[in-house]
Amino acid sequence: MFAKRTDLPLDRDALSRYLPWLIAFMVYMAVLALAGLLVLAAMARYWDADVSGTMTVQIPPTGSAADDDKRVRAAVILLLGEPAIVHAEAITEGRLMALLEPWLGTAEVSADLPLPRLVDVEVEPGADLDMAGLARRLDAAVPGATLDDHRIWLDRLVRLVRSVEALAALVLALMCSATVGTVVFTTRTGLAIHHDVIEVLHLIGAHDGYIARQFAQRALTLGLRGGLIGLALAVPTLLGIGSLARHMEAGIMPNLTLTLTHWLAIVSLPLLAAAIAMLTARLTVTRTLARMP
Amino acid sequence: MTNDADDCVIQFENVGLRYGLGPEVLQDVSFALKSASFHFLVGPSGAGKSSLLRLMYLALKPSRGLVTLFGRDIATTPRRQLPALRRRVGVVFQDFRLLPHLSAFDNVALPLRVAGAREDEVRRHVVELLSWVGLKDHLDARPPTLSGGQQQRVAIARAVIVRPTLLLADEPTGNIDDKMAMRLMHLFEELNKLGTAIVIATHNENLVGRLVHSCLRLDGGRLEVDETARGPAPALAANLRQSSGNAA
Repeated sequence: MFAKRTDLPLDRDALSRYLPWLIAFMVYMAVLALAGLLVLAAMARYWDADVSGTMTVQIPPTGSAADDDKRVRAAVILLLGEPAIVHAEAITEGRLMALLEPWLGTAEVSADLPLPRLVDVEVEPGADLDMAGLARRLDAAVPGATLDDHRIWLDRLVRLVRSVEALAALVLALMCSATVGTVVFTTRTGLAIHHDVIEVLHLIGAHDGYIARQFAQRALTLGLRGGLIGLALAVPTLLGIGSLARHMEAGIMPNLTLTLTHWLAIVSLPLLAAAIAMLTARLTVTRTLARMP
Repeated sequence: MTNDADDCVIQFENVGLRYGLGPEVLQDVSFALKSASFHFLVGPSGAGKSSLLRLMYLALKPSRGLVTLFGRDIATTPRRQLPALRRRVGVVFQDFRLLPHLSAFDNVALPLRVAGAREDEVRRHVVELLSWVGLKDHLDARPPTLSGGQQQRVAIARAVIVRPTLLLADEPTGNIDDKMAMRLMHLFEELNKLGTAIVIATHNENLVGRLVHSCLRLDGGRLEVDETARGPAPALAANLRQSSGNAA
């Protein structure tokens, strides 16, 4: 594929032998960063979609089960009277205990622990609900009842995820910069090593592009080789992380599997690295040659 | 020297050259070479012959003055158009400057390939020329495995393979015996008859004496042009003897 004849002995550079490994390392890190970025974005979307549009009404216990039931019914009636609310249902004690089980265990705790009663509320998608007004009306009808739209919790979580996403993007950008820097250094060294040959080519009438093309082709080959090595090392790592994630507590974490689109983006990284290497080499050579008479 | 600018392959007007902040190694050099002319460039060591040749094959820019190559003012010619001018100039470097990792064949083929010639044409021309200079059996030899004389012949073949409009040779016969030297000089003369202007920088008194051509004489960075020379003038011959002595 790249076995085109070249006039420059670029294959013999010691630096050329190290470039694929440097690029392999960078692509390895970039693949992990990109996979992290994609999974975190999917995670944020999952949480957002799962939680938005739902609310929970919390009714403090009074000490009397009959009173508590009455207060819950009053709250449900009030909530269902709101046009924007499509569903309001009291969470049964059994379901509440099941929700608490991961934290409190299976022991009988309801007798000792005064648990609030909860009402699960679903809001019509896109509806303009006056949350403050609803909270006031709820408090008037059922004193002490509070409305939780999960926004505070969700906002904090999404902010955290976005921060990690930004970090992953920064790692990707740094990897790209490091690739460019490495190729610039390697190319400049190559230009210095082969200065005599380049001068002869220049003096017999070679265009800058003729010389730059040879460096660019070499950088493309080395970049592709390094990129594929990096990808080959990163894929088992990703599969390992995915396997670990699947064994984590179900329900807390969303599905962390990479989609086909994600895999296509990851597989394109070696190509991107090779393209960056090729363009960087070409630009570096062209700029250097422009200083020759 | 001619004033007919249209017929000139190269023209220098009041050209000066200095390296960095050093003294001028060439001062007020003015000459014009007609197409199909043949000149020896002579002068003692350090007179500036190689610097003059480097200016002529556009490896250097003059510190002052005007250089016109094939009717183009080099100072105002866009850089991207210079390779096309360089391809019309064949150069035999004093130190050959062959590419050591390429075979003799590939070294000679280089100017054709740079110019985008088809590979079948490249093979035909290169084999023919290397055969002519007696290196048919060394097509695949790398320069480090060739003798000095053989390397020089490869360098000459590389310079003439594109049948240049102007051929510049810096001591082209320095490492070869007289017989081969004369043979190569006849090759230059054949090229000259086909229209190539030739400038040969040399210390070889025999060569200058045996061939009847004009002389460009450099001394102390200044150039004298002797268009009427038919073999070396007595003063020039004495100068050459002195140069040869210095060089030795």
